[in-house]
Amino acid sequence: MNKDIVISLQHLSKSYDGKQVLDDINLDIREGEFVTLLGPSGCGKTTTLRLIAGFLAPDGGKILLDGKDISGVPPYRRPFNTVFQRYALFPHLDVYDNIAFGLKLQKVPTDEIDKRVRRILKMVSMTDYESRDVESLSGGQQQRVAIARALVNRPRVLLLDEPLAALDLKMRKDMQIELKEMHAQLGITFIYVTHDQEEALTLSDTIVVMNEGRILQAGDPVSIYNEPQNAFVADFIGESNILNGRMIEDRRVEFLGHEFDCVDEGFGENVPVDVVIRPEDVYIMHKLEGSQFSGTVKSCTFKGVHYEMFVDTDKGYELMIQDYNAFEVGSTVGLLIRPNDIQVMRKERVRNSFDAEIVDAGHISLFGSEIECAAAAAFAPGDKVRAMVDFDKVELVDHQEDGQFAGEVHFLLYKGDHYHLTVLTEDGDHVWVDTDDVWDKGDLVGVNFASENIKLEAVK
Amino acid sequence: MKKLLARGYLVVLLVILYAPILIIAIFSFTEAKVLGNWTGFSTKLYESLFTGGLGNSMVKAIENTITIGLLAALCSTMLGSVAAIGIHNMKGRGRKAITFLNDIPMLNPDIITGISLFILFVAVGVSQGYVTVLLAHISFCTPYVVLTVLPRLRMMNPNIYEAALDLGATPAQALRKVIIPQIRPSMISGFILAFTLSIDDFAVTLFTKGNRGLETLSTYIYADARKGGLTPELRPLMTLIFLAVLALLIIINIRSARNNKQKLIK
Repeated sequence: MNKDIVISLQHLSKSYDGKQVLDDINLDIREGEFVTLLGPSGCGKTTTLRLIAGFLAPDGGKILLDGKDISGVPPYRRPFNTVFQRYALFPHLDVYDNIAFGLKLQKVPTDEIDKRVRRILKMVSMTDYESRDVESLSGGQQQRVAIARALVNRPRVLLLDEPLAALDLKMRKDMQIELKEMHAQLGITFIYVTHDQEEALTLSDTIVVMNEGRILQAGDPVSIYNEPQNAFVADFIGESNILNGRMIEDRRVEFLGHEFDCVDEGFGENVPVDVVIRPEDVYIMHKLEGSQFSGTVKSCTFKGVHYEMFVDTDKGYELMIQDYNAFEVGSTVGLLIRPNDIQVMRKERVRNSFDAEIVDAGHISLFGSEIECAAAAAFAPGDKVRAMVDFDKVELVDHQEDGQFAGEVHFLLYKGDHYHLTVLTEDGDHVWVDTDDVWDKGDLVGVNFASENIKLEAVK
Repeated sequence: MKKLLARGYLVVLLVILYAPILIIAIFSFTEAKVLGNWTGFSTKLYESLFTGGLGNSMVKAIENTITIGLLAALCSTMLGSVAAIGIHNMKGRGRKAITFLNDIPMLNPDIITGISLFILFVAVGVSQGYVTVLLAHISFCTPYVVLTVLPRLRMMNPNIYEAALDLGATPAQALRKVIIPQIRPSMISGFILAFTLSIDDFAVTLFTKGNRGLETLSTYIYADARKGGLTPELRPLMTLIFLAVLALLIIINIRSARNNKQKLIK
């Protein structure tokens, strides 16, 4: 076992009211590390933090502190302190007494409490505020007091639950720098929860990207940004073009209707993949010689440091490109992508695949309902089968009641020439759909599988 | 014209509401033995009230009223606050069910509460007296305290309790050092409310006081009036009680107005 590791999460799981919010979380956190749990709301990041703090008990798995399981230890006996999103200062106590709260409980001598409170007040630049009523302070000042109240106890680990989310942008940026300085100065391990990817990239030594109760990728900010391991991470961290591609052979990939050299190996030959191209990694030029393919500028917007352009490529895809120079809308441009800037990812799935059962020669039972399926004739009633439907063969309709299944658009990705949607059915099953139509996240839709588009495969 | 009618209606309503109390108050300043006779202004009844004109049993009744009121208010404040904290931490259906159960005793007619308690005490075989009256008062005051304390708990930042645990407080320390200071204003309001309800009560007391001569002010006055007309000294006494209750009500209202204002500022 590595001696550096302070906290180790092992196979943690947790569900609320039958809904799984954490599923097999494994994570090692090193002494002095600044770890950020990053993900959209409902991804399980706050639940993970609350499990570490001890406000929740896990359904399964262990939380190790210095190698010892602390899952059953109550929060007041864990050497951790928490900074809450809404500060959670004690309104009946002034700034000084809020900060001294933990030390008084530990029965630290009064003169030492005094020394430590004053030192920490200085650190968060709140020296003259000690006798102020906490409710008279601004949000930023309250958060400083909350940080001081936690740090004054010298915790092994400081837990921060979106501490800056309620502050305005300017204040947030300042506090980010201060937090980073405090971390460097104190050497305490920080575990930080946020949904703000920029904040995560700025602050962290390690970013842990979470979605739907799972860890998708953990790594340092640069590797998370440059080498996302799946489409969700690529889409969530920074801007990106995510495209369908095909690995022709090692170091050779096809996407946007062209072949490119790349640096990836070991995918096999003719394997479908996802390709991520960051908008700043596409070289754009006026002349066509020396370029790999061409395109027409469709829009060009000034974004402060750079221009953001949407370009229609010669094979009918749309690319987002960022460049310091503006290119005239309507002009033809040459485009080039370097092998190093192409991030190839294995596809998580290439078609929908569901568990189903044969009802009779023309019907199968899927997600608990009976639907028509021509292929069922080849099987006997009661057979268990896998029903497969290509992404682009799923039909979505405007009204839930017009579909065989009711669903909600859960996640969408633009893939250059079409959208790739994740639809969550009422029973919690995922259906993936490729479509040219524009849907929004949260749209309620009906899902239809046409009889002839369902392929069946026997299951043993 | 319309405005005049509306205002007139209000005046008539208030006069009808307050006339009985006003009559008592007015006739407390005359010496006549029978209520309704005016024999000129005098404060003699007030003098005699404070110089022993009431008689021993009456003084005892006043004493009982006040001690029962204070004890009942104290116990129901403690019970009600703890219950409110429990209800606040419940979830979903259970919480709704308990809140509903808490409402029923308040809507239940006093006479039914009184008779039920009477039957209960008889069934259990408790001899009725001071203790049974006190228990009865605690039981009907507690739901009001719950109802006073709950909104304050809802206003509280839900992370505050966790923050206390996080800083090393045991659940008991967190309750004492964080939760109770937070809900103290509403606990005090609940205490005052319980006290006024207790000294005001007649029906429940009548059924639970037993037959060993225990009287509170309300049961004493009732018995006194039935024996042969009200003792004249009761008129100044009632006026004073009315003023005391009025003062308490004003305090409760000012407190809740101040609480609301704080909420608005936040």
